[in-house]
Amino acid sequence: MHYGAVEALRGVSLEVPDGQVVALIGANGAGKTTTLRAISRMLRPSGGSVRFRGEGLGRLASHEVVARGLAHAPEGRGIFLNLTVRENLELGAYLRRDRDGIAADLARSFDLFPILRDRQGQVGGTLSGGEQQMLSVARALMSRPRLLLLDEPSLGLAPQVVERIFQVLAEVARGGVSLLLVEQNAHKALQIAHRAYVLETGQVVMQGTGRELLASPEVRKAYLGE
Amino acid sequence: MTEFLQHLVNGLSVGTIYALIALGYTMVYGVLKLINFAHGDVYMVGAFSGYYIAHALGAGDRPTLPKALAVFVGSMVVCGALGAAIERFAYRPLRARPRLTALITAIGVSFLLEYGFQLPSFGLTTQPFPPGPTPRFFPQPFARVSWSLGGVELSNYDVVSFAVAFGFMLLLQLVVYRTRFGRAMRAVSFDAQVAGLMGINVNRVIAGTFVLGSVLASVAALLVAGSRPTINPLMGLMPGLKAFVAAVFGGIGNVPGAMVGGLVLGLAEEYVAGYLLSSYRDAIAFAILIVVLLVRPEGLFGRVRAEKV
Repeated sequence: MHYGAVEALRGVSLEVPDGQVVALIGANGAGKTTTLRAISRMLRPSGGSVRFRGEGLGRLASHEVVARGLAHAPEGRGIFLNLTVRENLELGAYLRRDRDGIAADLARSFDLFPILRDRQGQVGGTLSGGEQQMLSVARALMSRPRLLLLDEPSLGLAPQVVERIFQVLAEVARGGVSLLLVEQNAHKALQIAHRAYVLETGQVVMQGTGRELLASPEVRKAYLGE
Repeated sequence: MTEFLQHLVNGLSVGTIYALIALGYTMVYGVLKLINFAHGDVYMVGAFSGYYIAHALGAGDRPTLPKALAVFVGSMVVCGALGAAIERFAYRPLRARPRLTALITAIGVSFLLEYGFQLPSFGLTTQPFPPGPTPRFFPQPFARVSWSLGGVELSNYDVVSFAVAFGFMLLLQLVVYRTRFGRAMRAVSFDAQVAGLMGINVNRVIAGTFVLGSVLASVAALLVAGSRPTINPLMGLMPGLKAFVAAVFGGIGNVPGAMVGGLVLGLAEEYVAGYLLSSYRDAIAFAILIVVLLVRPEGLFGRVRAEKV
C-alpha cells in the first residue's frame, strides 16, 4: 500500500475468522486506518489481495464491497452531518430492498442506542461526539454485514459511552458478525478480541490471542502505559 | 403601482429562468465541487434541440399540444444525454486530478459546444446542422394571448412559464429531499468516500446529477425560446454567467438557495433596469456577485462547515 511514493503498509497479512473479533492495535501512523481503507476500498491498494468469504475482492469499488457483506465505520465516524439521524441510518441500508427487515433493524438500532431514537429527526451536525459514534456503529450494522470494520470507535468519548459501545460490539459479535477493530484503546480492544495484531510502521510486529497480548510485557509497556 | 407590478411580473419571469439554470450549477458543485462552465451551453443545446425537433414535427406551421410536449420531452432527453456524456468523457477521467484541471476542461467543453455549433453546416436537411452563427427563429409552440390586468401586461406565455418552472422546482425539491436518489446525492455531496461505504454507486449518482441539471437547463431554454424566439450558439453565455451568480448568491451547493438566488437576481435586474438605468441590467448581476463575495462569501443559505470532534 502506497500513498504516492510513500509506502504505508508493507507485507501486512491478517485474517479474520468467521464470527470472531480481531483487534488491530498500534501507535499513530502505524497503518491501522490504511489497512481498513485498503480492505473496504476507500483506497486502492498498490498490491496485495483481500479475500472475503472465499472470494477475491480484486479491483472492486467500495460500494461493491458493501454489497458482498462488508461494512466499515470509518475514522472520524463519517456521519453525514447535513442529513438527519434517520436518513443516516437509512443510508446504511441503501442496498437493501426488504422494507420490513429495514424497519426491524431501524428499531433495533434505537433499542441498542435509545438516544438515537430521540434524535432521529435532527441532523447529524447537532449530535455530540458520542452520539455520532453510536450512529456510526448503528449505521454500519444497518447493512447487515458479515464483517464489520471499526476505526477507533472509542476515540475522544466519555468512559460510559465507550462502555456502551463495546457492550454493543460484543453483542454484535455474539450474533455472528465478524469484527475487525482498530483501536488506540488497546486495553478495551484486547479484552473483547479473540485475536489481535500489533502494527508498527506498516508491519505486523506481533500477533496472538487477545489474552496473550494483554499479558505480554512489550504490549503492556508500549500500548497499555505500564 | 402598475409599474411596480409589471416589473414584478417581468422580474419573476426572468428570475425563474435563472433559478432553473442555477440549480444545475449548484447540484453539480454539490457533488463534485466543480463549477461546470459548460452548463450555459447545455442550455443553448436545449434550445437548439427543441428547434430541430419542432421543425422535424412541423410544429411551427401547425402547432398542437402533443407536438409542444414532444419538443419539450425530446429536448430534455437530448440535454440529459449530453450532460451524462460531458460528465463521463470530460470530467470523470479527471476526477482524481487537481480541481483546476477539471475547471479548465469545463471551459474547454463550453468552447467546444459554442464554436462547434458555429461550424459550417453539412447542409443535408432543410434546417442545417450545425446551425452556424446566424440567429435562428424558434417556432412558436402556441399562439400568444396577452391580457391587461389593471395595466399590467401578462401573456399566456408568462403563465405557462411560471407554472412549468415552479412545477419543476417543486419536483426537484421532492427528488432531492424525498427520494432514495436524492438522499444518495446529498450523501455524496457531503462525503463521496463515505457514501461509497454505504453502498452508493458514486459514479452513477454524479452522472444522475448531471442529467438532472441538464434537463432543467433545457426546460429553461425552451421557456425562454418560446417567448424570445431568436436563438444562436452563444445564447447560453449570459444566462449561464448570471445563473452562476445566482447560485453563488444563494450559497453554491444549496438547492433552495439556487432557487431564491435566481428569483432575487431576476427581480433585482428588472427593478434596477426599470427604475434606474436600463443599461445597468447586466452590471447588476456582477455587482451582486462582488458584494456577496465581499460580505458573505458562503452565500445566503450556504454554511461554513463546522465539525464536531
